[in-house]
Amino acid sequence: MSVVLRSFSLSDSQGRKISFPTGNNAVIAFIKEDCPTCDLVVPLLDRLWSVPDIDVLLVGQEAKGNQILIERHQLHTPLLDDTALKVSFIWDIEAVPTLILADAEGYEKKRLIGFVREEWQYLFADLSCSGIDWERLPSLRPACGSKSADPLIADRLRAEAENSPLRARRIEIAPADDEFEFMFDQGFTDGLPVVPPTPERVIRMLEGTRRNPQEIVAVVPPNMAPATVEKVAINAVMAGCKPAYLPVVLAAVEAVCTDAFNAHGVMATTMGASPLLVVNGPIRERIGMNMKLGALGQGNRANASIGRALRLVLRNIGVARPGGTERSTLGNPMKFTMCFAEWEERSNWEPLHVERGFKWNDSVVTAFPATSGPQLIVDQKSRTAQQLAGSMGLVMQGIHHPRIQTMDCVLVVCPEHVDTFAAGSYTKSDLRRCVQEVTKIPQQERVGDKKTGEGIDAQKAAKMSADELALRVPKFLAETMIHIVVAGAEAGKFSGLFHGWVGGEVGSIPVSRKIEEVT
Amino acid sequence: MTTILDPTDERVPVRRSLAGRRSDLNGVIGLLDITKPRGDVLLDQLDLRLSERFPGITVRRYAKPTFTKPAPEVLRQTIKNEVKAVIEALAD
Repeated sequence: MSVVLRSFSLSDSQGRKISFPTGNNAVIAFIKEDCPTCDLVVPLLDRLWSVPDIDVLLVGQEAKGNQILIERHQLHTPLLDDTALKVSFIWDIEAVPTLILADAEGYEKKRLIGFVREEWQYLFADLSCSGIDWERLPSLRPACGSKSADPLIADRLRAEAENSPLRARRIEIAPADDEFEFMFDQGFTDGLPVVPPTPERVIRMLEGTRRNPQEIVAVVPPNMAPATVEKVAINAVMAGCKPAYLPVVLAAVEAVCTDAFNAHGVMATTMGASPLLVVNGPIRERIGMNMKLGALGQGNRANASIGRALRLVLRNIGVARPGGTERSTLGNPMKFTMCFAEWEERSNWEPLHVERGFKWNDSVVTAFPATSGPQLIVDQKSRTAQQLAGSMGLVMQGIHHPRIQTMDCVLVVCPEHVDTFAAGSYTKSDLRRCVQEVTKIPQQERVGDKKTGEGIDAQKAAKMSADELALRVPKFLAETMIHIVVAGAEAGKFSGLFHGWVGGEVGSIPVSRKIEEVT
Repeated sequence: MTTILDPTDERVPVRRSLAGRRSDLNGVIGLLDITKPRGDVLLDQLDLRLSERFPGITVRRYAKPTFTKPAPEVLRQTIKNEVKAVIEALAD
């Protein structure tokens, strides 16, 4: 079945516009100057130009090279300038020379790539073009890559094509301006340089997902602005993500922009909360996330840029900016980025995502609101699981303030501590129960006094009964608010603790989202 | 020339001007507690002082369900319909 070819209009070296279809049968040949096979066939094509009832259009891919070809071969045939490569791109030219025979209506009848003497000889015979000594020509010459197929150029062409998936406003930065400084000036950054989100880079980023670029991923607080896949991809480019990370970023944006997570409050609170992301499942390995040595620190691109991309989405789309809707008294470094993976295989505990109802082989991101951390839990001396759980409880007692009963926290248990718990056959539930037990103190000891005013108001305490004041209550409102994951290096008895924010219905509830599998 | 794509939502922010300041107090005055600790202490004092200085006014108390989230639409509408002015205790 014939394919109708896209119409075009290009100029030759004299500035004359020539359009396709021409109204006649036509041979259209795509060539470039630095291709030896093109150099071989150009004289043949020029000979074809003298055949009546057939139009010959040579399409060159670079203006300077076109001029060289014209002079070298003293061409009679118009050589059209496709320096912009738009015709080469929309005609799907992958190699040169490509010769296409089209009818008067513009339907493709034949396509030859490279030079196979026998094919060319048959075609020229069909077109009644004689006088060529075919025996003097080589039997075969390979084609060269089309400039429009160069990966760097092809991404630009895809971005600029009529059917480009990109819809975001384009901002042109004058040559005299430094693009990095420009983005600082526009307030697009978190205070560190960002990668310029050029259309080519965003096109490549979008290859990381099968989702439609114009699909709304979420409505982003605090400005309640719709975020499309494309807009998230732009911010992911800026953060330094690879395309393979994009599904994690998209899932994280979905998780954070829920009523349950309450991103408005997380951004606005003077307590300085920020989303902490934990990634589980097969995608950890596939995108090279760090869950071992230094997992909570710097040095891993996936960990660093996924968390940063989420923050840039909140900043640029949700307009959560310090001094605006973001009102943190002190701020914290997690407001740049905080994301790591759980080392699921290092313990016999159920990993976080399985505890939260997902399958083992699901890839999942979980967002927690965190106000500080990681706080180091040092215990190099406990030899029993109970001792170690006791140490962790004592450290947790200090979250926010020893007298404040609190809600969610994320406890990151390091491998050496995992081994201590395993030796004692401690489950996560055992650990949680022990933490609650050792942190129990009578309400009386939580009442504000001369030593410190924080705690239960004295006036309120005055109305409490003796039994109420004697009641021993644990640090956390519920055991389930102690979220436990495993990460870190094999060496070192140092676990980590992230302090939560206001939890439950009155604050934020941690949210998990399954990550799209793109293999 | 470098071209970049706009990372924002491209909406022009709505500019809202502050409501006109009142030169006097009369009618119903609302006191909104966002439920931060000790916000009620501040508002109790304000309630007392306002009633002393402006005996003609009626003070009506309101509270957000939680300080962590924007006030629900119903509460905002209620306040708007019932009072001439509102004082909010942020308590931070």
